[in-house]
Amino acid sequence: MARGHYRILVGMAAGVGKTYRMLLEGRQAQEEGRDVVIGYLEPHDRPETAVLADGLQAVPRIHTARGDEMDLDAVIRRAPELALIDELAHTNLNGSPHEKRYEDIEDVLDAGIDVISTVNVQHLESLNDAIFELTGVRVRETFPDRILDEADEVVLVDLSPEELQERLRAGKVYKPERAEVALQNFFRKENLAALRELVLREVAEDVEARRHPDALEPLSQQAVAERILALVEPQPKSQRIMRRAWRSAQRLGAEIDTLWVHPAGYSASEEEATQLAALRRLAGVLGIHFLEADGDDLVETVRRVAADRGSTYIFVGTPDERRRVEILHGSLLSRMVRELPGIDIRVVADRAKRKDAG
Amino acid sequence: MSVLSLFRRHPDRRSSGRRVLVPFTGGELDPVVLAAAIRVAKAEEATLVPAYLMVIPLEYPLESPLQKQVAAAMPFLEAAELAGLRAGLEVDARVETGRTPTHALQRLWSAERFDRIVAPAPGFTPKELQWILVHAPTETLILRPDPAVEERALEAVA
Repeated sequence: MARGHYRILVGMAAGVGKTYRMLLEGRQAQEEGRDVVIGYLEPHDRPETAVLADGLQAVPRIHTARGDEMDLDAVIRRAPELALIDELAHTNLNGSPHEKRYEDIEDVLDAGIDVISTVNVQHLESLNDAIFELTGVRVRETFPDRILDEADEVVLVDLSPEELQERLRAGKVYKPERAEVALQNFFRKENLAALRELVLREVAEDVEARRHPDALEPLSQQAVAERILALVEPQPKSQRIMRRAWRSAQRLGAEIDTLWVHPAGYSASEEEATQLAALRRLAGVLGIHFLEADGDDLVETVRRVAADRGSTYIFVGTPDERRRVEILHGSLLSRMVRELPGIDIRVVADRAKRKDAG
Repeated sequence: MSVLSLFRRHPDRRSSGRRVLVPFTGGELDPVVLAAAIRVAKAEEATLVPAYLMVIPLEYPLESPLQKQVAAAMPFLEAAELAGLRAGLEVDARVETGRTPTHALQRLWSAERFDRIVAPAPGFTPKELQWILVHAPTETLILRPDPAVEERALEAVA
């Protein structure tokens, strides 16, 4: 049996109109003669969505004392052509066939039923950390990135932050008392702007990936292959540089080397030896090659190692040079840019120093 | 120029040289416990050392790069580090491996010096907490958040 077609409507936050759009598309499909059911609709008490849902058949839910859930077996038994299933990141109640709703959806698709579902970007697993940094909210209901990768279509449902706030104030998303609290917290304009940027970027990356679905030719692979070189020293902030390099390597599919440059014959202090041991342990856990090199000239040593290792991307901590040294000898970063042509250089900043950081 | 001159301690962040270890495991660090650990570290002008204890199954070497586990640990470690830095603390985060959480903890404190350990009760079993109290090389606080406070904290992020 052919797997069903999976279409995901993704938005930056609750209230942008994902459910409305899902129902609208369901009605249009029904008007075109397709057999459409509502597998599960989140009860948001929004009049606009209730009106749209009216004309569509809904598969009865499972009612329990702890809440309602989608009746997965009933949806599959009903065997419609298209099922509308809201909020794919939802965690099912204990005792359900699967822990998460996106797993239920997999079964529905495997039964040859097309699915339209909805989700907010903050639930995406790989963005959990970024969402926490941006909003201060740790989202607990997450779904794996592969769900978006495996979907046949990912469609952005967009609204400007101002329009969404207007919808909140008008009581179209939450009841007035809840809307007021929401506007002062998660739905602050700066939060919404950041979330919108994230969702736009995510969908853009998805579009880009779909433009190049097949494996690259070997020559192209060689041309785009990345190898990261992270410059560290026995200091706590080097742990952050290595972790940041590792995260980028995950996205780029790159190998990572980490390099500590020290003068010839340099003997580390006890504290530095502890830091080095910790860095080596982290390198082991992250699968990073730890390199050490003698050299009085940092840039020259990095140039030599980068050439040996085929590095394409260098991660370095924020330089803290004295102005006088910079004037006399030139900025270290300028030298790196000048003397390491063809290599990208990234300065790993301390996020806590961002001016808008809370 | 040596790379050593690249980094200097940030003057805004003070540290007395004391180190407060906050171990956690299981892909979760209770925000109430983290806030308490930050308060302790601030009061002592200590470096905060959030440490993710990663359990490596017996079939793999202890230093194996287990990508899935690392991917689960990183966001929590980053979040703990960011919270500490925002509070004006020196932060020196760690990932330590072991066959069990207590084995990882033992490996960590045998390799490094800590002046205080703040262990979150959520995330460790009662037996592990007992082991920590018996074997910890330094003063140890076991923090168990007031369930009501924890519930409110969870509601706030739901």
